[in-house]
Parts: sequence; structure tokens; C-alpha cells
Amino acid sequence: MSKGSEKSSSGNASIGLRIFYYLSMLSGTALLVSLPFGGWKVIFDWMPVQGATWSGQVDFVNNFITYVAVFSTVVITMAMIYFAFKYRRRTDNDEVAYITHNATLETVWTVVPTVICIYVFYVGFDLYREMRTPPSNTVEVNVTGWQWNWGFEYSTGKKDSILVVPVNQSIKLITKAISPSSDIPAVNHSLFIPAMRVKEDVIGSEYHYMWFQPTTVGEYPIFCTEYCGVSHYAMLSKLKVVTEAEYLDYINDRGAGELTPEELGKKSYEANCKACHSIDGSRLVGPTFKGLWGLKHPVMVDGQTVEIETDENYLRESILYPAKKIVVGYPPAMVAQNLNDAEIGNVIAYIKSLK
Amino acid sequence: MSAPSTPAADGILEHNYLNHEKGLWNWFNSIDHKRIGLSYLGLILTFFIVGGLFALLIRAELMLPNTDAAGKVIEGRALYSADVYNKVFSIHGIVMIFLFIVPGVPATLGNFLLPLMLGAKDVAFPRLNRLSLWIYIAGAAFAFCALFLKLDTGWTFYAPYSAGGDFKTGNALAVVTITFAAFVLGFSSILTGLNFLVTIHKMRAPGMSWDRLPLFVWTLYATSILQVVATPVIGITLLMLIVENFMGIGVFNPAKGGDPVLFQHLFWFYSHPVVYIMILPAMGIVSEIIPVFSRRPIFGYKALVYASIGIAVISFIVWGHHMFVAGMANWTRYIFSFITFFVAVPTAVKVFNWVSTMYRGSISFEAPMLYSMAFVFLFLIAGTTGIHLATLGTDAHYHDTYFVVAHFHYTIQGGAVIGLYAGLHYWFPKMFGRMYNAQLAKVAFWMLFIGFNGTFLPQFALGMEGMPRRYYDYPDTGNFAALHHISSIFAFLNGTGYALVLVNLFWGAFKGPRVGANPWNAFGLEWQAGSPPIHDNFETIPTVSDWPYSYGKEFEKESHVTHGV
Repeated sequence: MSKGSEKSSSGNASIGLRIFYYLSMLSGTALLVSLPFGGWKVIFDWMPVQGATWSGQVDFVNNFITYVAVFSTVVITMAMIYFAFKYRRRTDNDEVAYITHNATLETVWTVVPTVICIYVFYVGFDLYREMRTPPSNTVEVNVTGWQWNWGFEYSTGKKDSILVVPVNQSIKLITKAISPSSDIPAVNHSLFIPAMRVKEDVIGSEYHYMWFQPTTVGEYPIFCTEYCGVSHYAMLSKLKVVTEAEYLDYINDRGAGELTPEELGKKSYEANCKACHSIDGSRLVGPTFKGLWGLKHPVMVDGQTVEIETDENYLRESILYPAKKIVVGYPPAMVAQNLNDAEIGNVIAYIKSLK
Repeated sequence: MSAPSTPAADGILEHNYLNHEKGLWNWFNSIDHKRIGLSYLGLILTFFIVGGLFALLIRAELMLPNTDAAGKVIEGRALYSADVYNKVFSIHGIVMIFLFIVPGVPATLGNFLLPLMLGAKDVAFPRLNRLSLWIYIAGAAFAFCALFLKLDTGWTFYAPYSAGGDFKTGNALAVVTITFAAFVLGFSSILTGLNFLVTIHKMRAPGMSWDRLPLFVWTLYATSILQVVATPVIGITLLMLIVENFMGIGVFNPAKGGDPVLFQHLFWFYSHPVVYIMILPAMGIVSEIIPVFSRRPIFGYKALVYASIGIAVISFIVWGHHMFVAGMANWTRYIFSFITFFVAVPTAVKVFNWVSTMYRGSISFEAPMLYSMAFVFLFLIAGTTGIHLATLGTDAHYHDTYFVVAHFHYTIQGGAVIGLYAGLHYWFPKMFGRMYNAQLAKVAFWMLFIGFNGTFLPQFALGMEGMPRRYYDYPDTGNFAALHHISSIFAFLNGTGYALVLVNLFWGAFKGPRVGANPWNAFGLEWQAGSPPIHDNFETIPTVSDWPYSYGKEFEKESHVTHGV
């Protein structure tokens, strides 16, 4: 009811409009003033505890974006409310400006957001590149997800439903979804460790990786963040960051006589691969496994030669679908091997050891 | 309500499209774009109520955790089981997306207004328009059947959870039914888009060149391109899912050599542009409303047009940001993140234009203006929190948490739905020749505005703390319980606000006071038609000799001005 009948040029705003105007201007200004002093963090920073080397960096980037977001939202909204109040209708024949465009202004407010956006992209990209580039000396843990639990397997063959890692070491998780029974598919999951600020989907068709370096001993929650069915909400686990000594005790505490993945892989190799692939560098029907891990070499894909690097997904594909990529100089002679997920993992562990 | 400056009875028509023919059967068979628009409106608002009730069921369950801090189950706390929860959130998403907001503005206001704004008698293919309504009804019927099956995939139908092929104990029957429904609904969307494209190209009144097209029509144009180009992709994808379930062909199931990530690529190739199918027409509505209630010409007509087209084009090449943690190659993530940032630029330009339009105007605060100003504010929050998600380093933390839930509800509810209601309150007198209760409309607006912010602001905090989406229950740690509790309480205020809006509009449509042809003293061509319009819209086809917003009295004396368009 702002369109009052008074014709005076001042003060025909309703009491409600006045209260709303002064209240929003006051709170907007308070928010803007508090921004540089960090008082805003009380309202806007809800990040969980920092557990990884980059947690602080992630939070810094996050706070920077929040800062830009809050600043621009508040300033533009205040401008809108200010205009709404200052230029509220006083009479039915108020004089209004007839402005249809302004090239300078419009150029400025196109260029400025563009520059800000490119900068924010770069900051986020620079951080993420580090988060996607594990160093060479990582502690590797194999992770499997199924409906509805997590399994963590360590280099010694130790298996557990929680993740235990040494502090101040780079940890690389190699993840894969599996199916709890043969008649249902291996559905997608996603491994999320809020304290480490990392997340990566866990799927059934290929291995994914994620890495982080924990800085503080403690326990942190792990969530599944890809909807996976009725007990999705209960697919929880925990990350236990311990000292190096405790870690070694932990992974070596397992049943006597149990073989490591590498030793199991060697058995699989002898039963399935040995006839065509050597482990000493000599050429048989297929290429040797010696030095294969991490090797960059040319392969034939659909008649095209491409250079690939040997990783978990390449090995898995070559075991299950050997015709997809044929190493240049070798015949397409291999037949698909009937190995299950665990056996494939063991063979990969074995090939990794053949330096 | 505020008294319009034109005589209240000016342009009231006793014989109009509403009583042109009598009877429900004639209504159902009508090829009049105005009647088809109203049929759509009745249907989508019904589904809005259904989807909204399911939303409240979700919030009711999440109001309190079912387990204590030690993880012990609290007896009697759960309202229903996890199975039911998964069904409830799936139905909420599917109904709201496929049955309510995707047809949303184009099928209702778009159908009603497009010919009126172009000075045409109807759309280019009136029978095709009726067919797309019938297809929508058929699709909705299939979807309704699916609601009674084991529908637990969420609205995204991610494979291989949806590709198990288990018709006895699994969800395959529900998946096949609902994806077939979505497939059918897609055709309705494609036909509407096609019809609009041809209408805009071919049915414009004499003299209406492209730079004299109303901004709402421009956004419908951009939307129609998206509907025609993107929808077939989801159709094919859902068909593959159906085939996989029926025949066990391994398209997406890894056990059969399929690729679950392929499903996500195909799904988001459609479902990202679909976000703009929802939001672009709402932006067009706001561009129509703000100038009228500011008594000023829109600022930057050309920039708004380019921004609409720009957003539509960019929307096709950013789908990968839904899959930043889905295992794409790293360099793919970097590129998708980079492109995504460029959506922000045209969006920001639009916001600046709207606010500038209010500068030195003569602003009144009727319901449509309140909704439009709320749209600008809520869309600012939606857009700026999108930056957190487009940035790779922070998305790794936020992906699939409540931060995303809050972000897209600000975009879709705060943007598309608020925009739709702005448009409904604005064009309501044109649609029904009557007016709703203006005071009640404002009260309802403030209830849903406060309720909405109270529901979703806490969810940003929840997401920051790491609360994952689609959880039936949550550990009682940190602030999870308190934030969920606040969110749930305000959700009911939000729902009450919408209920009041619908009651008010329903009452107004049948019992509201009659009003004349141009109660807001608006500038557009559509207000030159009677109240409500006759069957053929205009007595004679108008000739256009100026830019689209030259019909208001204010600007008559300035018709000599060369408009900056």
C-alpha cells in the first residue's frame, strides 16, 4: 500500500516499508563492515575440523568465495532496496528517468565479473591440481564399496571396515565398487572424508583414486555420498589417523599364514598368465610384466596407435577385455581371463612389485 | 488492492475465451492456446501440491535424528522406514522436476501469453499444441502409476542402481514405468518447443521485427531451442535404461561390460540445459514485471536478449560440473570448471539490468513486484553459491552434500518457482479478467519468503559441515540435528505460504472482482487485448510500430525517442 494518496514529495511510506528499509540497510551495512574483520566467519564458516595438509587452503579458498558471494549479494540487494525506498511511488505522475541503456556501465559490469570469475577459477584449479596429483611415495590402500559397507585392504593383506593410516604420510586410496551378490549390479558409491576435504565416486567399472596427507592424529567420519539404496544413510565408516608405529602394528596384526595380495597375485599369475607373459623381461607371446607398471608404451585401439601409461584401469581392462588395446608389435592372441575383482586386484599388486 | 489508474471497468469483456464454448469436454478438446495454458496450469499446480506435500514428509522425518550421539536407536522417533524415505524423496524430485517445473512456465504462461505478445490469434500449430497437452496427461498418468511401485532411484535414475533388471524384488518395474513416463513427457516438451519456435518465427504481427520482441518471448525462444535440442538425448538415454532392464544388455551395468559414468554423461547433457529451461522463462517474467512497477523502460534490452541466448548456448557445454568427482579425467574436470564460470557472466549482467531499471523510477509494491524483487535477491544467493560448486578445490568437499541441495533449491524454488508465481500474480487479471485479494497475496508472499530462506539457509551450513544428501537419518554430531530442526520448522511455514497463495488465486479466478484490460497500466501488447481476451485474442491483428514496451500511457509523449535497442 505504498501508493498513498498524499501528493507531497516526502514521507508517504508506510510504517512497514520504513521498518523494512532501515532494518535491511542496517543489517546489510553491519555485514559489510564486519567482512574485513572476519566477524562474518561466525555466520558463514561451518567447515569441519581441518585434518589434511590442504584443509586450511581449501577453507581459505572457500572463505574467499564466500566473501565475494556475500559482498556482491549484500551490495546489490542493498542497492535494490535503496532504489525501492528512495524512488517509491509518491504520486501517480512521478517524474521518472528515461534511460534505456548505457554502454560504458554495461561494459564494466560484464568485464568485472568475467575477470573475477577467471581469477576464482584459477585459484580453485591450482588447488585442485595438487589434490589430483599424488606424490610418488604414497601409502596405498585398496578400498571397496558395496551395499552397504566399506572394505579397506592394506599392503600386508590386512582387511578391515575402517580406514587406518599413518600421520604425516601421503595416503593414496584406490577405490572400486563391487557387488555383494552376482544377481545385482555393483552400484555407485562415493567416499567422502569431510576432515580431509576429499571425495571421489566409487564405481564398478573402473578404479578411481584419491589422495591426502593427514596432519593430526585422531578419528574422523567417512560418509557414502552417492545414493546407493535403502541403507545408503548407514554406509558410514571412520578414518583413524595414527602414528607410524601404531600403523605398522595394525597392518601386521593378521592371521598367521595368510598371504599378502602380492603373494596371492603371484599364484594367480602362475595359474593364468605365465604361459604368455614373462617376469624377467624376455619376450613370449605377450609382453613381459617386468617393468610394465607405469610404463608408457604404444597400443592399438580400433586401428589407431595411441600412447598409454600402464595403470590399474589399463591392466583391469586388458585382463577382462584383452582385444580393446593391443600392445604394438604383439598379436591379438589373448582371450579374456575369468578372474574376479579380488583376483584382478591381486594380480595388479603383483605386477606393481615387478620393478 | 491499489487502484489502477485506468478506469476499473475499461476493457471488461462479457463474451470472452472463457465462455466462448461451454462444457468440460469442449475445454479438453479446445485448441485455443489460452485454454490449453489454463489446463496446463491446473495440472502443474496439482502436481506442485503433491510434490510439496512429499517435501514436507521429508522435512518431517529429518526434523530429529533417529539415533542418539552414541549411535543408539531412539524408540518411536522414526516416522517411517528408510525404504519409505527413499520413495518419498524420489517422488518429490520426480514430480517437481518432470511434472511441475520443466513444463512449468512455458506450458502455462508461455502458452497463454506467446500469441498475445506477438499479436497473433494462436500458436502456429494449435492442434499440435493440444496434442502436447494430451501427451503430457498421458505421461503424467504413467508417472502416477509409478508412484505406487518400488520407486527409489531419486529423480536422476543413476545406473547401475536403476539397471538391475530385477522385476520381482527390485526396482526394475518402477524404473521402466517412470522412465517411460519421462520419455513420453519429453515429447510434450519437444512439441511445445517446436511450436513456439515456429510461432515466434512466423506469427509475429506486422511490424514486429526481432528487436521489437518482448523479453519474455526472447526467453521462451531460448528455452524452446533447449527443449528441442536437449530433450531427445534424455529420451534415448531412458530408452537405453528400459532396454537394459528388459533385455539385460550391458549398457550401464559394469558386470556386463557397461559404463555407469556414460549414463551420467548422457543424463546431464540433458539435465543441465533443463535447469535453464526452468530458469530462463522466469528471468523473462522478471524482465517484464520490474519496468511496469517502476514506471520505467527496461534497462539494457539488448544485453538481456544476448544474455538469454548466451546462457542457453553455454548451458550445453557445462554438464560435466555435475560429475566433478565421478571419475572423469582430470583435464576434463579443469575444462568443465573453466567453462562453467562463464555462465556467471550473463547471469550477473541480467541482475545488474534489473536493479538499474529501478533507478529513478516510481516504484510500487504490488505482489508481482514483491515476487520479482525476491527473485533478484534469491537468485543472487543461488548464483553466488554456485561459485563454490564450480570451483574445483571446494566442490570436492561440497559435492553431493546439503550445500548442493540448498543451492539448487535457491535456483529452482527461489528462481523458477518464485518467477512463476510473480508471473501468475502479474498476468492473473489478463487470464481470468478478475483480481485476487492483494492484501492476502502480500501476506502469503512474506510467509513463503521467510519460510523458504529459513528452510534452505541452514542447509548451506549443513553442507559445509559435510552432511550428505539423500540420507534417511544422520549421526547426531556437530550441528546436524539443530540445523535440520530449524530447516524443518521453516519448511512448514514455506508450505503454509504456498497454500495461502493457491487458495487466494483459486478464489480470485472464480470469485474475485472483475478488472479491466490493463489494471497495472502495463506497457506490453498483451494488455491491449480485452479482459479476459476474446477467443481470437484481438478484434483486428495489431500493427507494431515501436519497441515492445510502448503501450503504456507514460511513454506516449515520448514515442519520438529513438529507443536504445
